[in-house]
Amino acid sequence: MASGKPSRVVWAWYALLATPFVGTLWVPFYNAVEPRAGGVPFFYWYQFAWIGLGEALTVIVYFATRGDEK
Amino acid sequence: MNTLNGTALAVFVALFAVVTVLGFVAANWRRGDLDQLHEWGLGGRRFGTVVTWFLLGGDLYTAYTFVAVPALVFGAGALGFFAVPYTVIAYPFVFVVMPRLWSVSHRHGYITAADFVRGRFDSGPLALAIAVTGILATMPYIALQLVGIQVVLAAMGVGGDMPLVIAFIILAAYTYQSGLRAPALIAVVKDAIIYVTVMAAIVVIPAKLGGYAAIFAAVPAQKLILVPPGPHDLGQYGAYATLALGSALALFLYPHSMTGVLSSSRRAVIRRNTALLPAYSFLLALIALLGYMALAAGVDHDPAYAKGFDAYGKNFAVPALFLGAFSPWFAGFAFAAVAIGALVPAAIMSIAAANLFTRNVYREYLRPRCSGKEEASVAKIASLFMKFGALLFVVFAPQQYAIQLQLLGGVWILQTFPAIVVGLYTRRLHRHALLAGWAAGMAVGTWMVASVQFKATVYALSLGGYKVAAYAAVWALLVNVAVVLALTAALDAARVGTGADATREEDYGGV
Repeated sequence: MASGKPSRVVWAWYALLATPFVGTLWVPFYNAVEPRAGGVPFFYWYQFAWIGLGEALTVIVYFATRGDEK
Repeated sequence: MNTLNGTALAVFVALFAVVTVLGFVAANWRRGDLDQLHEWGLGGRRFGTVVTWFLLGGDLYTAYTFVAVPALVFGAGALGFFAVPYTVIAYPFVFVVMPRLWSVSHRHGYITAADFVRGRFDSGPLALAIAVTGILATMPYIALQLVGIQVVLAAMGVGGDMPLVIAFIILAAYTYQSGLRAPALIAVVKDAIIYVTVMAAIVVIPAKLGGYAAIFAAVPAQKLILVPPGPHDLGQYGAYATLALGSALALFLYPHSMTGVLSSSRRAVIRRNTALLPAYSFLLALIALLGYMALAAGVDHDPAYAKGFDAYGKNFAVPALFLGAFSPWFAGFAFAAVAIGALVPAAIMSIAAANLFTRNVYREYLRPRCSGKEEASVAKIASLFMKFGALLFVVFAPQQYAIQLQLLGGVWILQTFPAIVVGLYTRRLHRHALLAGWAAGMAVGTWMVASVQFKATVYALSLGGYKVAAYAAVWALLVNVAVVLALTAALDAARVGTGADATREEDYGGV
């Protein structure tokens, strides 16, 4: 670690990781059949999409906070 | 049982043989002194990004996952899909928390989470509670891996307990000899054949069933989405969200995930891996959809599979789907994927439980001055006991018991959250309060699951006439945390000693 203390900037990036929790745990956002995508109900493709989004967010935060690593 | 499927069985046995050889060869891979516990039980803490990725993937996505997740979707519909949000949120959480655990464990030579709790809170009883919870939650999990092997063997027409016993003796032998190196090496093969199987399944099967639109059209409307809240209840919303949240928070409290984390060579490896592991989440979501494919294929109405469903219930849905959709040799390949998918986690789980027993029971209470060599040999023998205990359980107890105990295990393991995860950030919680909270959580969680005859882990609380059904593990954790907070305030006020902290803030490596 470069500095002895965890920086505020790092925490700000980490806060970004809270979004998948909101997006997937608040069920009213997605408990619907329509709109379908290629015959797949919204409920399913919405959550599939979050896998990709969650991945993208983690990668972004990983690179943004890499300076914090030894 | 089904009639013997010779082609499938031949492919299955061949792949099993390859993996067995790998398991024994692994002892010489990245050679270390296997008479030391950190060498045998953590692979010398030398695994880099790629090996850790395979190891964790092989470890977390077990054979039972491949059978049970689609079985749940097959039976319960949308509710079973909670496995997807669960893996979506698990990794961001792990990304933030686990590097701290790795750093402090590396600095102090901790091999288990209970080691950390011992050092952090200076409390033997609390560490023992953490270790015992880990062992209790792990044993039925090992047993379930065997159930997974049993189901696919039955699908190939192989009955009786003997084949299972043979498979397990082989597993026990190479785990004993090679330690964590064996499942790490086998995990690479396991993941390769699982990816091939799932990719084939999601292309071949929908093509036969008329595409994804047709598959979803075959799902009854009431199963397609969750039951929405009514005037007097929350429907399935609470259960869905808390099952996902509780499972995600519990995932890395399991000893076997902890072992995977601690075996990596650098802190950055964990961070990099949690950014890469969602590839498995995608796989898991596809596997969950196999449940609907089985529904659309109508496997439960096919008289050829009636006996399988009688013996294994909905867990037979995926094997039946594969038998119907794949040629015999590829069915054998797919079943080998499931069986080898059982061996990797079973090996890691038995190693993890053995590490707990050796470090936190044997060395702590029985032989405090034991040598490193003695420690390693005790762990090797303990790993044998863990596996054979699970084997005896599967052979002699009804299959349902293993499933029910594993469900309870999930409820139990989450009760270690305050001591381990909160403990990584603060020492403000009192060690005695943590122990009391743990006990309260264990009791409430067990009682809730028992009150629904161990059939489910969702418990409905009536709050002013409004029924909220949620995951018992989360209810129990709320009780746990409430007790911890209240008692911490009381014990601090009474100035009861908090012991000495063996760790310092800089040991945690930052945020």
